[in-house]
Amino acid sequence: MNRLVWIALIILGLLAPYVVYPVFMMKLLCFALFALAFNLLLGYTGLLSFGHAAFFGSASYITGHLVRNSGLTPELGVLGGTLFAGLLGYVVGSLAIRRQGIYFAMVTLALAQIVYFIALKAPFTGGEDGLQGIPRGFLFGLIDLNRVYVVSGRPLGLNLYYFVFAMFCLGFWIIHRTIHSPFGQVLKGIRENEPRAISLGYRVDRFKLMAFVISAAMAGLAGATKSLVFQLSSLTDVSWHTSGEVVLMTLLGGVGTVLGPLVGAFTVVTLQSKLSSVGSWITVIIGGIFVVCVLVFRRGFVGELARLLKRSL
Amino acid sequence: MELSFQTVMSQVMLGLNNGVFYAILSLGLAVIFGLLNIVNFVHGALYMLGAYVALLGYTMLGPLIGKPDFHLNYWAALIVAPLVVGLLGIGVERAMLRRLRKFDHLYGLLLTFGLALIIQGVFTNYFNVSGDAYDAKPEALEGAVNLGFMLFPKYRLWVIVISLLVCFGTWFVIERTKLGSYLRAGTENPELVKAFGVNVPLMITLTYGYGVALAAFAGVLAAPIYSVSPVMGSEMIITVFAVVVIGGMGSIMGSIITGLLLGMVEGFTKVVYAPASSTVIFLIMVVVLLVKPTGLFGRES
Repeated sequence: MNRLVWIALIILGLLAPYVVYPVFMMKLLCFALFALAFNLLLGYTGLLSFGHAAFFGSASYITGHLVRNSGLTPELGVLGGTLFAGLLGYVVGSLAIRRQGIYFAMVTLALAQIVYFIALKAPFTGGEDGLQGIPRGFLFGLIDLNRVYVVSGRPLGLNLYYFVFAMFCLGFWIIHRTIHSPFGQVLKGIRENEPRAISLGYRVDRFKLMAFVISAAMAGLAGATKSLVFQLSSLTDVSWHTSGEVVLMTLLGGVGTVLGPLVGAFTVVTLQSKLSSVGSWITVIIGGIFVVCVLVFRRGFVGELARLLKRSL
Repeated sequence: MELSFQTVMSQVMLGLNNGVFYAILSLGLAVIFGLLNIVNFVHGALYMLGAYVALLGYTMLGPLIGKPDFHLNYWAALIVAPLVVGLLGIGVERAMLRRLRKFDHLYGLLLTFGLALIIQGVFTNYFNVSGDAYDAKPEALEGAVNLGFMLFPKYRLWVIVISLLVCFGTWFVIERTKLGSYLRAGTENPELVKAFGVNVPLMITLTYGYGVALAAFAGVLAAPIYSVSPVMGSEMIITVFAVVVIGGMGSIMGSIITGLLLGMVEGFTKVVYAPASSTVIFLIMVVVLLVKPTGLFGRES
């Protein structure tokens, strides 16, 4: 894609907290990264995981625990959460790739349910309460992530925001590099025609597993960052609702497009915050969007736009 | 821990009671999957809907139609709920699922997931998440029966018997009758069956209707046992998915037997190590994936 678009997006991201409520912006970045990670799997490898909340949520718990109870600095906490999600991705992925298509989705959903039960029952996860009051701490032991700057009369937690933005950029960069590497080309080949990829001599299972691990780790990075932003790891993070939400974000934005998950996450997060007054009707609305999307809007926003412009976005 | 024969058997019987629900639901999923090639995520929500038809038919239908004394009784609910849900399913198939037939099967899963969210969301808004009791259990089914080794609630025994009848009846129709042979042929090669003059689209619609009606039937059976709540379906469906992965959706009998066995295993686990009872089915799924990835009765397509 055009270099100018990238620069514009980065500048937009850097300036955003001065215009938009920073917590909203940070939530958006976390979920956008989550959706981008998910899209690596669905959009570029053709695997529908219905249990991605397991990675997002478990990383959130691990980071929360490391920072709050073990007293690690935030960057080490996030690293720990991300690595754990990657490891969990290896285990779940190894099992799930043994089945194809529709079964793959069910296996991932069921395995994620085990993670949910563990989060509900294990002694260190706080059960129904989750982990509350996770401290943000000092980045590298030096920079206070709680520090608030007053800019034109508004208190802004800029240190935290730029930390989150940096994590997002890191994750985006890793995913982008993966997609546009020879490895990513093989993934697309597998998506388009798996038997052919096999007959060309690729060890398809290894590629799928690798993609799964990267995707899980990046979903973990998103969840780990989220736990610092909200200072909370909860059962919602590991529930199947969250797994469904990330599917919706990706679908709505455009499966298999670079910017689609960003747009989808933006739409869903905005909807959730604008419609917070309607309470649990939000589930009905989300479900409705799902149905409409699948019936008439399968390419998503970015996919439709790309079709109009006749180029890939 | 003391493992007396009686404690084990009573938990296994209660487990079998759960097992028949797994069996009916995974049977419905298998029948639908066979002909429509979609995984019906909304199955759990329709099971919940069936239970609510029974509950609301008993408590609210009378006042609603202006006859406060009218209550839809249990026996009527067993017929009405599957009919209502089956008709709803037929509508959904005609209006939505039909349009997705030429696309990737995953879209069917996503669409039905959306429908499940809608139904569950609506009920969450109007009803208590912790559940309401259904107290229209017929008098004839009150009390307990002596099975020789234990006293077993009469109602639960009825649930087991009627469910097994429905399951094996369905199996019989599909595997042993002419109608079933059309169905199986449609599963193998719909184009060819169409060429023989069979109305395949109608067959698909009715199959979907029957599959979801089974879910509603199970919902009514479940109403007097569990509390009727908006989340009863989503808890159920994820477990049933694991059951389906273990059994494989290729075989009708396979999905029935897998459901029954897993229910009993779950009950048995409750005696041996209670905390594992909610995850044991998922753990078995992991073992099956490692040992026989196609599932116990599965054929990988």
